[in-house]
Amino acid sequence: MIAGRYARQERFAPIGKTGQCRLAAKHVVIVGAGALGSANAEMLVRAGIGKLTLIDRDYIELSNLQRQQLYTEADAKQNRTKARTAEQRLQAINPEVEIKGIVDELDEENGEKMLHDADFVIDGTDNFQTRFVINDVLAKHRKPWVYGGCLQSTAIALSIIPGETPCLQCLIDHLPQEGKTCDTVGIISPAVQMTAAYQTSECLKYLTGNGLSQELVQVDIWGRTYSAINVKKLLNPTCSSCSQSATYPYLTKEKGMKTVLLCGRDTVQVRPGEKGSLSLSALAKAVKTFTDKINDNGEVLIFEVEAVRFVVFQDGRTLLHGVTNINVAKQLYQRYIGA
Amino acid sequence: MQIHVNGRQMEVVKDSTIGDLLNRVNIQEKLVVVEQNQQIINKAVYNQTTLTDGDVIEIVHFVGGG
Repeated sequence: MIAGRYARQERFAPIGKTGQCRLAAKHVVIVGAGALGSANAEMLVRAGIGKLTLIDRDYIELSNLQRQQLYTEADAKQNRTKARTAEQRLQAINPEVEIKGIVDELDEENGEKMLHDADFVIDGTDNFQTRFVINDVLAKHRKPWVYGGCLQSTAIALSIIPGETPCLQCLIDHLPQEGKTCDTVGIISPAVQMTAAYQTSECLKYLTGNGLSQELVQVDIWGRTYSAINVKKLLNPTCSSCSQSATYPYLTKEKGMKTVLLCGRDTVQVRPGEKGSLSLSALAKAVKTFTDKINDNGEVLIFEVEAVRFVVFQDGRTLLHGVTNINVAKQLYQRYIGA
Repeated sequence: MQIHVNGRQMEVVKDSTIGDLLNRVNIQEKLVVVEQNQQIINKAVYNQTTLTDGDVIEIVHFVGGG
């Protein structure tokens, strides 16, 4: 170990030399290497975590660079994968850490394999579909993690110890859909940094033997408001994900998004996990902010973006015309409709 | 009457409910946790829970971005 590398962190009393040694023996998995994933990963690698695994399904685009701190213009020009690019950049920052970037989408089939040997998991995803899969996997394996979300200028985060503190299913109970995503209403990088700062702090606390926060925390960094609610009481004793009688609905495909390729039509049908929770009028309002190719007849909402024609039905079922790849369709759905 | 929402003062009409407040700030009920004077309010009764002068309300709203 290079002398003095972590000296300032060891001086911080709650961590100390003991905590630093503990960190060096721990494995953190970050799901998603976008904005939150990049920010969390860089802090943890600089902090001297023992092993870091980053999972991401995506490639780098120019519009990522405003907030995804590990990537450069050259990476975007070459459309490099986030997971591999992050791995190389992070390894250059700290060669002492064992770092692995996995180019894949975490789902109900591979989730347990990807997360089972983590000491702590950080949510760097951009959609609730993947979060609910993480929630089920970690409830089943009783591993702690920290949810983080950011949008516009708002940061929100919550630490979860399955069985002890409420999980996402206890608090939300359905796959949310509201037509607001970073692609539709935007995001500023300070909201990313605020969320990641909270998530990394919780991760460091847990791995160095300090207690996690029981509060659901929200900060609007632009509007300067702060809220914290102690949610301990919302632990649901009959929760389908984290109670003794859990059925892990997102691992059994009972819930979750379903996709079908409609052969010969260049069309993919996406069926959201929860029917009827989408408001077409609210979605239409959000859509109008990024495209004028829109037709809302009250029964179906049709709009065009990225050369793809979306036909959205009232129950959330959507046809994406001009797409032949199911994963691309899922990503587009999550980007413009949410879930 | 005056209430405090996430640390900020806000003027609301007498007899308005938590449901009215969420509508006004344009937040979907299913995606929030609401606390009124340090008591978490059950989602099922947002529209029956009235606000009173001086209430301290915390609203935390789940978002998906990242």
